[in-house]
Amino acid sequence: MKVWGLHLAVLAALALLGLVLPQYHATNLARIMVLAVFAMGYNLAFGYAGLLSLGHALFFAAGMYGAGLPAWHWGWGAAPALLAGAMAGGLAAVIVGLLALRTAGVSFMIVTLMFAKAFALTILYFNSWTGGDEGFVVPDTGRALFGATLAADGPRYALAWGLFTVALGLSLLLVRSRFGRVMVALRENEERARMLGINPYAAKLQVMGISGLYSGAAGAAYALLFGYVGGTFADIQYSILPMLYVLLGGAGTVLGAGLGAALMFYLTDVASSVTDAWLFVVGAALVVLVLFAPKGILGWVRARWWRDLP
Amino acid sequence: MSFGPFLLLALMEGMVTAAVLSLAAVGLCLVFGVMRVVNVAHGEFYMLGAVIAWFVASVVPGPAWAVFLAALVVAPVLVGALAAAADGLILKRLNYDPEATIVATIGLLYILQQAALTFYGPDARPVAAPFTWRIQLPWFGYSGYKLFVVAAAVAVLLAVWRLMTRTRAGLIMRATQVDREVAGAFGINVDRVYMGTFALGAALAAVAAVLVVPIQQAHYLMGGDPLLLSFIVVIIGGLGSLRGTVIAALIIGLSDGVISMFFTPTLAKILATLLVAMVLVFRPQGLFGQKT
Repeated sequence: MKVWGLHLAVLAALALLGLVLPQYHATNLARIMVLAVFAMGYNLAFGYAGLLSLGHALFFAAGMYGAGLPAWHWGWGAAPALLAGAMAGGLAAVIVGLLALRTAGVSFMIVTLMFAKAFALTILYFNSWTGGDEGFVVPDTGRALFGATLAADGPRYALAWGLFTVALGLSLLLVRSRFGRVMVALRENEERARMLGINPYAAKLQVMGISGLYSGAAGAAYALLFGYVGGTFADIQYSILPMLYVLLGGAGTVLGAGLGAALMFYLTDVASSVTDAWLFVVGAALVVLVLFAPKGILGWVRARWWRDLP
Repeated sequence: MSFGPFLLLALMEGMVTAAVLSLAAVGLCLVFGVMRVVNVAHGEFYMLGAVIAWFVASVVPGPAWAVFLAALVVAPVLVGALAAAADGLILKRLNYDPEATIVATIGLLYILQQAALTFYGPDARPVAAPFTWRIQLPWFGYSGYKLFVVAAAVAVLLAVWRLMTRTRAGLIMRATQVDREVAGAFGINVDRVYMGTFALGAALAAVAAVLVVPIQQAHYLMGGDPLLLSFIVVIIGGLGSLRGTVIAALIIGLSDGVISMFFTPTLAKILATLLVAMVLVFRPQGLFGQKT
């Protein structure tokens, strides 16, 4: 009860912020919520099931191009494009998972990294069709949703909030379900989970698929809400960012992904207004987190005060 | 130019790539073999070597060959010292946990890259070659310096080979590689071995960069490609096997030269990265490694 209260309060606060915040911050917040959905997907794989992937940029970019290419080439509207993007992300994750999940630990990290790199290079290779490095702008027809245009501030915030709400609710249901306990069991001790009759490969493949759906939906929403699709979103950097958000907010906590995304976004925003060395902030944050606070903010809260925080 | 000489040129360019690549990859391979650490910042150590070579060239007066020799000494020493510091301050505190060290070295990658951008700038800058002889073949002229790069790389590799197989330090490193705990029980200072290995691996990357900088220019983003290629080479060669790494560097370097000349470099890289993923999935011990 307390748990649902907390999460509903967060959602209500976000809805209210969308109405009262000045435009610059409302747009930032919309961006943060979309990135938070990406991070939630990453968190399901990394935080709950212990799958440390370095290739989630692939799923994010698959969603982005899955939504952006049909909108650009065939004039699809926002609703089917969004759906296609989420599906593309999930499908890409299942295909990568089928192969990569035969490995574990460091090998898993490198295999996912290599697949993501190959995908990024493929986007560049077919540049006449994907726009390559320069990318392309999503046409206005692709940003029309039920009569509203996602290029306008109100509908943009509303869709970002809606996606965030659905993602948060599903995450919460998932991790408190039986399958949520299976994920944690796989993270903590795979052999013991196997002894209890769980098929680790099948369960991890499901987690990868769900994580890919989240990442794909986030990528598709990012493309449609902000109107640009480009090869840089497939770069390794976009695999590192969700990991950073999750580590900062607290791996294995439902709200941690969003909290980490918000903090990191404003941290780099402030840093880049002072100096242009914002990459330094990202690097230093990674090193400091992994050295001194591997549990993240909400992980620490859970350890100290609220043991049942999901 | 007919096909034969064209292929010869492609192979010679491939040899240069292979020589530089094998140095960088052997550094990565040593670190992984002895410490079980995947050093994602390896490419940035390479980049730092090139940038330091440029700084040395801009402050040291004298003829080009003297400047080059100075860079060849200063860059690996400085980069090695930096790596040793990173090992003591970060990796050791993480207890060399494989996954945590990857995250930490990704952080290190961004820090070093940003430092280079801030203090060195976004421009690509050349360093003069120590000599400018050209070798005139019947079909085309070829830079003598590139052949020197190949010879120098072979010499350094032979030195590493001797170090690992014929000296006490190499014996200690191999003992630590086989079993860290037992090595510690026999009085080996494992912390010092790790620090030395990490410094040596980074220094090898710096040597490769100093050799390459008269051919390519020094740039703050130049670490990305060597990192990717070194990863590919180390994995295909069998993680931690020095001989396999050198053989794989030859194969990747030569085929990269040929494929890049006849097709496109992007296609060559796509094929290589997919090959690596498949090797790790279906033959985790590498193409040349033995099953343990």
